[in-house]
Amino acid sequence: MDTMPSETVELRGHIIDSLTLPKVLDQILAAGGQFEIEEVQIGKRRTDLSYARIKVQAASEAHLDRILGLLKAQGAQPLVHEDVVLVPADMDSAFPDDFYSTTNLQSFVRWRDRWLEVADIEMDCGIVVDEERGVALCTPMHRVRKGDAVVVGHLGVRVVPLERQERGELFAFMGSEVSPERPKGAVIQVVARELEEARAAGKKALFVGGPVVVHSGGVEPLVELIRRGYFRLLFAGNGFAAHDIENALYGTSLGVRLSDSVQVSGGHRHHLRAINTIRRLGGIRAAVEAGVLTSGVMRACVTHDVPFILAGSVRDDGPLPEVVSDVLEAADAMRREVRDVHLALVVGSALHAIATGNLLPATTRLVVVDINPAVLTKISDRGSFQTVGIVSDAGLFLRELLAALGGGR
Amino acid sequence: MCPATYFDIEYEINPWMRLSRQVDRPRAQSQWQELHRVLTAELGVTVELMEPVRGLPDLVFTANAGYVSGRVVLSSNFKYPQRRGETPHFEAWFLSHGYRVHRPAEECFFEGAGDALPLGEAIFAGYRHRSEICSHQKVATLTGRQVLSLELVDSAFYHLDTCFCPLGNGAALYYPGAFDAYARTVIEANVPRPIAVAEQDARLFACNAVVVGRTVVLNAGCADIEERLRKAGYSPRAMDLSEFMKSGGSAKCLTLLLE
Repeated sequence: MDTMPSETVELRGHIIDSLTLPKVLDQILAAGGQFEIEEVQIGKRRTDLSYARIKVQAASEAHLDRILGLLKAQGAQPLVHEDVVLVPADMDSAFPDDFYSTTNLQSFVRWRDRWLEVADIEMDCGIVVDEERGVALCTPMHRVRKGDAVVVGHLGVRVVPLERQERGELFAFMGSEVSPERPKGAVIQVVARELEEARAAGKKALFVGGPVVVHSGGVEPLVELIRRGYFRLLFAGNGFAAHDIENALYGTSLGVRLSDSVQVSGGHRHHLRAINTIRRLGGIRAAVEAGVLTSGVMRACVTHDVPFILAGSVRDDGPLPEVVSDVLEAADAMRREVRDVHLALVVGSALHAIATGNLLPATTRLVVVDINPAVLTKISDRGSFQTVGIVSDAGLFLRELLAALGGGR
Repeated sequence: MCPATYFDIEYEINPWMRLSRQVDRPRAQSQWQELHRVLTAELGVTVELMEPVRGLPDLVFTANAGYVSGRVVLSSNFKYPQRRGETPHFEAWFLSHGYRVHRPAEECFFEGAGDALPLGEAIFAGYRHRSEICSHQKVATLTGRQVLSLELVDSAFYHLDTCFCPLGNGAALYYPGAFDAYARTVIEANVPRPIAVAEQDARLFACNAVVVGRTVVLNAGCADIEERLRKAGYSPRAMDLSEFMKSGGSAKCLTLLLE
C-alpha cells in the first residue's frame, strides 16, 4: 500500500454533522481508492469547526487525480506544503523569539520541499536545521549556538499523532490511565513479556530507580534481572547508589537492617561511611575491582557491563565519585544513552521518572511504578502520554516481575 | 429589493434561462410591483430598495447579494462572470447603509442568501452548482453558527433557496430530489418538521417562497403544497411570478432578508 501514489487532503468545517467526512471517505472507496485518516479533530460544541487530514491512495497517478478531483468538490483540499521558517540564533544558549517548541511525538519539518524527520525528538526543545547536512535536530535550549538555523512558528512542521504509531500490546492494553484498582498481575505479565521480547530482539531496556528500591527489598530481584540481561542501562541518583552500597557493605539501608527491619545501633552513620569508603577507593568501579563492593545493584552493573548514569542533586551526601553533579551535563549524558532505548522502567522515583520521561520520544515505552498514584498522574500530565502507570510497592513489584520472567521464588 | 426595470434574459447560466424565451418586461415589472405591494401593504414588511442598473438584468435577484447576519454581510463571489458586475452595487448599498462587508476567499464561489438559509440555531448551506463548500467555513466563522452543508444534485435547483425554505419553528419545505442522500439525511436529522414538496410543485419553485410570520408568499400553481401549508397552519399567498421563472427565480430570489 505504501508504494501506491498518495496525496494528503484536509477537510475543515462542520464536516461531521454535514456528513461531509463520511461522504468523502465513501467517495474514495467508491472510486476504488484507499484512505488513511491521519488526524481528526472534532469540535466540542455544535458551532465548533472540525478538521480531518486524510491520506488518499490510488492505483496510479491518473486514478489519484480523478479521486482528488471528486474530493475537491467536497472541500477536501490537498495539503499545502510550505517550508519551515528558519531564523539564525542571535546568541548562544537561547532560541530566537517565537521558536517552535517540540513535543515528544515523531515530527517532521518541510525543508526545501523535502520532509526531514527531526532526529532525537524529545519534548520542550527547539529544532535546528543543519542546512549543510540537510538534517533536522531536536536541540535543547542550552545547546543552541549563535548562527544555528532555528525553526520558528508552526509552518512546515508536522507532528505524527501517537495513535498512528506502534504502541505495542502493553500500551494498547493499558492506555495511560492510572488506577490502583487495575489487576496488577496481568499488567506485570505484559511488562515481563515486553522485557522478554526486547531482550530477544536485542533492544535496550532502561531501569530507573529511587532509593526505595533498596529499602523495600528490591535489590535481590533487580540484580537477578540485570544478571539475566533484561536491563542494559541504569539511571539513578546518588541516593539509590549510596543505599545499595550501604546495603552491600553493612546490610542496612539508612541504618535499618533489611533482613529484619531493625534499626541497627549506630546505623545512621552507615550510608555516609559507605559513601566515604567508595570515595576513598576512587569510585564504584574501583571498589568492585578492589573486592570491597561484592554485592548489590551497582556491583551488578559493573560486572555485567551495564552503563549507569548517576545524576546529582543539591541534597546529595558525598556524593559518590561517579555522580554527575552538573545537571546539564547529566541530562546530556542521559540524552546520549536513551536514543536507542526501547522500554524504560522507572521504579520509586518521581524526580527521575520526570527527568527520564522528558527525554524520551513518545515512541519509547515508559512504565512507571510508584506506591503513590499522584506521581503517575503527574508524569502523564506532563506530556509523557506513553506512560503506563502501576501503583505498587517497589520491592514487591520487582519480585513479581522476576517471578513472571520465571525466576525468584 | 431591486426594481425589475432592466430585468431580462441576456445570457443562459441555468437550465431555466433560454435566450429564445424572452421576458415580457412590462409584465415582469407589474409582477414585481405586485410582490412589492403584497409584502409592504398586505404584510407590513419594510422594504428597502436599491437602484436598478442597466446591463445587470439579474440585479433584481437580491437574494444573491450576500449573506446578512445582523449588521455584517458576507458578500457574494459569483460563479459566472455575467453576474460579477452586481457585487460592487450590492456592496455599495450595504456600505452606505452601515453594514460591515466581508468577502469570501477569492477561490471560493459563494452566492449569498441564495445558498445559505438560517433555521433555528443552524445555517443550512447549499453547494455544488453555484456556491462551493469551501465558502461555508467563512459563513460559520463570521456568524459563529453551525453551518450544515447540503450538496445539490439537480441543476434545475441550482441554489438552495430553490429547493429548501425554512418556515420558522423548526419547519421547512424541501424538495428531496434536489439533494444527494447525505444532504437528505442531514435535513431529516436537523429539521424537526420537514415538509417534503412533490416534484411538480418543486418545479414551480414552491420552495422559493418568502415567509412573513405564518404567511408564505409563493409562485402560483403549487396547489398541493398550498393545501399542505394550510393544514400545517400557514396561509399561502400565491402570486404570479411567471416572468421571473423564465430566469429561474421566484419570490425568494427577488428579496434579501435584512435583520
